[in-house]
Amino acid sequence: VNPLQFLTDARVAIVAGKGGVGKTTVTAVLARAAIAQGLRVLVVELDGKPALAALVGPDIPCLALTPAAALAEYLETHGLGRVAKRLATSGVIEVVATAAPGIDDIVVLGKIKQLEQSGEYDLIVVDGPAAGHAITFLMAPVNLLKLVRGGPIHSQATDVAGLLSDPSRSQVILVTLPETTPVNEAIETAEALKQDGGLRLGPVVVNAFDAGDDLPVDHAAAGTPLRAAAEFRNARRALHRRESKRLAETLDRPHICLPLITEAALDTNSIERLAAELGARS
Amino acid sequence: LTELDEVIATADVVVCCGSGGVGKTTTAAALGLQAARNGRRCVVVTIDPAKRLADALGVPGGLTNDPVRLAIDGPGELWALMLDTATTFDGLVVANAANAQQATRILSNPFYRNIAGSLGGTQEYMAAERLLALHLDKRFDLVIVDTPPTRNALDFLDAPKTLARFLDHPVFKLMMMPTRRGLRVLSIAAQPILRSIGKVIGTEVLADALAFFQAFDGMETGFRNRADDVIRLLHGDRTKFVLVASPRIDTIDEAIFFADRLVEKGLAVGAIIVNRATPDFGKPEGKRPRRIADAALFDNQAELHAMAVGEREHIAPLVADTGRQPTWVPLLPGDVHDLEALDEIRSLLFTGSATAQASR
Repeated sequence: VNPLQFLTDARVAIVAGKGGVGKTTVTAVLARAAIAQGLRVLVVELDGKPALAALVGPDIPCLALTPAAALAEYLETHGLGRVAKRLATSGVIEVVATAAPGIDDIVVLGKIKQLEQSGEYDLIVVDGPAAGHAITFLMAPVNLLKLVRGGPIHSQATDVAGLLSDPSRSQVILVTLPETTPVNEAIETAEALKQDGGLRLGPVVVNAFDAGDDLPVDHAAAGTPLRAAAEFRNARRALHRRESKRLAETLDRPHICLPLITEAALDTNSIERLAAELGARS
Repeated sequence: LTELDEVIATADVVVCCGSGGVGKTTTAAALGLQAARNGRRCVVVTIDPAKRLADALGVPGGLTNDPVRLAIDGPGELWALMLDTATTFDGLVVANAANAQQATRILSNPFYRNIAGSLGGTQEYMAAERLLALHLDKRFDLVIVDTPPTRNALDFLDAPKTLARFLDHPVFKLMMMPTRRGLRVLSIAAQPILRSIGKVIGTEVLADALAFFQAFDGMETGFRNRADDVIRLLHGDRTKFVLVASPRIDTIDEAIFFADRLVEKGLAVGAIIVNRATPDFGKPEGKRPRRIADAALFDNQAELHAMAVGEREHIAPLVADTGRQPTWVPLLPGDVHDLEALDEIRSLLFTGSATAQASR
């Protein structure tokens, strides 16, 4: 069985998770793993993270999407070029976005849908929006459809809802850490997305998992730093095992563990190594 | 006395800022716990909807928009609340409305219901607004606030201005115009720009928006004055900013960015806290042993030491930039989700050594 099979399950993979869990790392790792499989990959980032392009490397295109640019382009391609110009010059986008909350998310998702439909890429990895906004972002089409009953944004929201609810076209890859609070949050997010949004959940990625056997603490004398270091490490590993097991038992989704990177800086080398490890698992 | 001791002893307002996932909420709660033990009447405000503070404080039913007093040891008081943006906004509308009818008209408007929850910057603005209200509340002499988990957490400082800008917006003015001219009904078709917007978002949505702006007429001044008060409080001498980071390179970069922006605005960083630092047990002694079990222990200590050294190198630019020595809080073997663990964080913040030697 190819452990990377899931990368070809759907053309759009949206990486989601709370702040600090390593979404950007996981986005880069998935992109590197996919290109190693010979897939044509595009990385989309929504949060102005300049570091991402450097992490994924020069051979994978990285597109930064902003709501303002996506809305302008959308209006342009729908024969509303004059409106676009007017909206841009009067700075009215903020007011429009306020009138119909989620409209900025819809146009961004619409652009992603357009890229998906172009057929130029086998996989589009989207580094999800800022901490806590994943649910709002992914639920935007469903919520907007309740509010806007006609017009071009309505049809755009319908199209985007179609993309997000079709498991052969898109999947959400949830990222979490093997600790109590992040696991609780991942479980809550997964349930909200499944129940209310009808979204397909792909594998759940447990980032920075400290694998390894328990250290033989008894071999170190009590009270020594050697002993204290081993006890600390064992406690952390036990926590990681316990929380990752709880996640697996609660969420009926395949589970991917990315090992803890122990060197100081996360760079392209560590991303490449994580991607290789991901591909080597079975 | 450390910088942190001084902040807790002298400030009226403490703002914790940092990027998402660095432990801001837990830090805010731990600071509050220490302040209360030192005799202050402290209220901690969290914006995190993930209910982490309620978990950490062991509040059984979760936190609400009204302050709840917690049972702690010590002469002071510790209160906590979780900001409800919409409720706070409603309160502001009621306080500023000319009469009950105007308030009801606004509160029941669908467009208002949308912006109360989702206008960009509303959450940040309401957090600042709540901060002012709590600061004026005689029950408390210290307000500690955890900033919203936006990428740019300092939007908090600009938020009151954002709303003022919104009210000054040409489109807002345009929408207000008909009532100023005394017209009862505004025709969308009469305004080309509104017609354009209507084409995109649909006319029903736009009609709600117009009704809102018309109902809001006359309330801008009250809102603007309140925003000015908030800005003055944030810039006051007795408001201190505590920068929270983790040793990961990306959160350090953001912390440096926050520090620079605070300086730009003439605000000083009161203290820096680095959470979740790898504990350093020092370099293992002697040579790497031959026996596998002993070698594994040796390697473990060496690996943790190398990680800790790397983390200190990451932090160096932040120290150079701010001239502040960070208080290090080591990664604990377990997770912080009860009052006991929170108290441990508190004791590490206030009595723990800066070298993060502690372990449980």
